[in-house]
Amino acid sequence: MNILVCIKRVPATGARITLTADERGIDTRNLGFAISPHEECAVEEAVRLVEAHGGRVTVLTLGPAEAAEQLRDALAVGADRAIHLLTDGSEWDPMATANAIIAVARAEPFDLLLFGNEAADTGDYQVGIRVAVALGLPCVTGVKGLAVQGDTVVARREFGGGWEIYEAPLPAVITVKEGLNLPRYPSVPGRLRAKKKPLDQMEPARQGGGATSSLEMVRLVTPPEQRKTVQVLGQGGTAVPRIVEILQELRLV
Amino acid sequence: MILGFVEQDGGKVNPHSLEMLTLARRLAGETAVPLHAVVMGEAVDGLGAYGVSALHIAQHPDLTDFAPAAWAECVVQVMAVERPTAVFAAGTERGNEVMAYVAAKLGAAMAANVTAVVPGDDYRITRLRWGGSLLEEAWLKGTPKLMTVAPLVIQATMVESDEVEVRPFPPNLSAADLRVMVNGRTQPESGKVTLADARVVVSGGRGVGSAEGFAVLEELADLLGGAVGGSRVATNLGWRPHAAQVGQTGTRVAPDLYIACGISGAIQHWVGCKGAKHILAINTDPDAPMVTKADYAVIGDLHEVLPALIAELRQRIQSE
Ligand SMILES: Cc1cc2nc3c(=O)[nH]c(=O)nc-3n(C[C@H](O)[C@H](O)[C@H](O)COP(=O)(O)OP(=O)(O)OC[C@H]3O[C@@H](n4cnc5c(N)ncnc54)[C@H](O)[C@@H]3O)c2cc1C
Ligand SMILES: Nc1ncnc2c1ncn2[C@@H]1O[C@H](COP(=O)(O)O)[C@@H](O)[C@H]1O
Repeated sequence: MNILVCIKRVPATGARITLTADERGIDTRNLGFAISPHEECAVEEAVRLVEAHGGRVTVLTLGPAEAAEQLRDALAVGADRAIHLLTDGSEWDPMATANAIIAVARAEPFDLLLFGNEAADTGDYQVGIRVAVALGLPCVTGVKGLAVQGDTVVARREFGGGWEIYEAPLPAVITVKEGLNLPRYPSVPGRLRAKKKPLDQMEPARQGGGATSSLEMVRLVTPPEQRKTVQVLGQGGTAVPRIVEILQELRLV
Repeated sequence: MILGFVEQDGGKVNPHSLEMLTLARRLAGETAVPLHAVVMGEAVDGLGAYGVSALHIAQHPDLTDFAPAAWAECVVQVMAVERPTAVFAAGTERGNEVMAYVAAKLGAAMAANVTAVVPGDDYRITRLRWGGSLLEEAWLKGTPKLMTVAPLVIQATMVESDEVEVRPFPPNLSAADLRVMVNGRTQPESGKVTLADARVVVSGGRGVGSAEGFAVLEELADLLGGAVGGSRVATNLGWRPHAAQVGQTGTRVAPDLYIACGISGAIQHWVGCKGAKHILAINTDPDAPMVTKADYAVIGDLHEVLPALIAELRQRIQSE
C-alpha cells in the first residue's frame, strides 16, 4: 500500500497564547513545536497499516524550513520518505494548501491519503475533502477506527455517543481524529534511521493567481477572559470540610 | 437570498442548526433578502419561527442515511436555482463536512466556525481558531459566501412566525456522490454516565503520577455519581483511554462541578472544561493556571486530599 500522510507543524502553546506585534501570528519565541495531534495519529496509523500489509508511507508538509523537524519526527516513528513543500512561513489559506497537495497527489498513485479532521491551529475543516473532490476519490472524515480489507477501507466515527460505520473502495481519502490509536514515541535508533531517509524539498504549486474567492486573515484576537477570584479552600487534607460544604451547596452529596 | 442547511434527526431539528438560522436571519435582515432552508429527506416543522420563508426538501430514494457528498450535492442544486449570496451550516461535524464538500465542488472559499458576520461586498467575519482559544478576523471574498456557525456561541431566538413555503425536489445524484454513506451503526451504551453528560467530572493529569493513581479519582467519581476525565498527558501516557480526554482534541464537558486534579490548565485543556458551572482545582502549585482560573482551589498533593475527602464522604454515608 502506498500511503500519503499530510501533517502540519503547530506551536505547542501553554496556558496562554501571546500574539506577535502585528497580531497576525502567535509569538512562538519561547515555544516548542509539534505535529498537530490528529495528524500524529494519522502517521501512526499509516505506519501500522504498512507493517501489516506492506508498502510505503510518505509524509508531506507545506510549511517553513523549520517544519522539516516534524517530517523528521514522522520518519523517526516509521514513515519511509518525506516531501517538504517549502514556504516562507506566511500562512496559506486552506484552498491554496489543498491545491499544492493535489498537485503532488496527482503526480503519484497513492492508495490511501490520510489527513487530520482539522488542523489544530487554523481549524478549517476542509483540506482533506478538497483533495478528495479534486481527485475524484471517496472520503470519510472524523475517523477513529480504521481497517483495510482487500481493496476496501472500513472506517468508524463517533456519532451521538455510538459509532457510524463507513465502507469505501480504495483509493480513498480518510481524515482522522486523535483517539484513533496511541502514537508511539520516536526511539533513538528510529531517530538515527530517520536521518538517512529521503526528504525532498519542493516548491509548492501556486494555483494561477487572482482567485476570486478567498479567506484572508486580517488579525488574530485573544478572546476576553472572564476574570474571577479563586476561593482557596485550604492546604492539603485540612480543606476537606470546606470541599464537603461546596459539594452540599451544589447538591452533589 | 440566504440559504441555511438544516440538520435533523427524524423531524427533530439539531439545536445548533437553530443557532445557525438565528445568525443567518440577522444577516438576511441587514441585507434585505429572504432566508431559505434546505433539509434532507423529510419536512421539519417550526422553521418559520426562525425566519425561514421557504423550505427546500431533497427527496431521493437512495438517500436513506447520512451521505456527505450527496447531501452537499443537494445543497449545490438548490444553490444553482436560487443563487444565494451566502450559505450557512452549523459548525457540527456533519455541518462542517457538508459545507467543505459544497466549497470543494464549487471551488469557493469557506470559513468554518464563524461567530460574527459584517456584510458588504466582502464579508468581515470573526471565526474560532485553536478550538476556540483564539479568534480570527478575516475577509471572506467572492460569491457565494460559504460559512459554518460555531456551536454554542449564538443563542437561538424566535421571531413572529410566517408561513413557510414547502418545496420538495428530487436531486440528481451520481453514483460517485453516493459512494460514501453510513453502512451501519452501533448504539451508545445505555445506563453509563458519559463524560459529556455527567454532573460531576473528576479529572486527572500528570500530577496523578500513574495509571494506578487514578483509582482514587474513580472512587470519588463513583461516590458522587460522576465520570472520570483526564488531560492529554494522562491519555498520551496510556493512563486513561482517549475517550476520557477533556480538551481541544478530546471531549468538551459542561458539568455542575469539574474537579481538576494535578492538571496545570493549558489552554487546550481549558477550552474543554471552561463550560463547567464550577471548577475546583487540586494542585501542589498555587500559581498553576488551573488554580488561578478556577472557582475553588485546594493547594496540596491530590494523593493526600482525595483519600481524606473519600474517607469523610464514606463516613457521612454510613452515619446516615
Ligand atoms: C494542538 C494541541 C492540542 C491539545 N489538546 C489537548 C486536549 O484536548 N486536552 C488536554 O488536556 N491537553 C491538550 N493539549 C496538551 C496541553 O497543551 C498540555 O500539554 C496538557 O494539557 C498538560 O497536561 P497536564 O496538565 O496533565 O500536565 P502538566 O502541564 O505537566 O501539569 C501537571 C500539573 O500537576 C501538578 N501536580 C504535580 N504533582 C501533583 C500532585 N501530587 N498533586 C497535585 N498536583 C500535582 C503540577 O503542579 C502541574 O500543575 C494539546 C496540545 C496541543 C499542542
Ligand atoms: N500546511 C499543511 N501541510 C500539510 N498538511 C496540511 C497543512 N494544512 C492542513 N493540512 C492537512 O489538512 C488537514 C485539515 O486541515 P484544515 O482544513 O486546515 O483544518 C490537517 O489536519 C492536515 O492533515
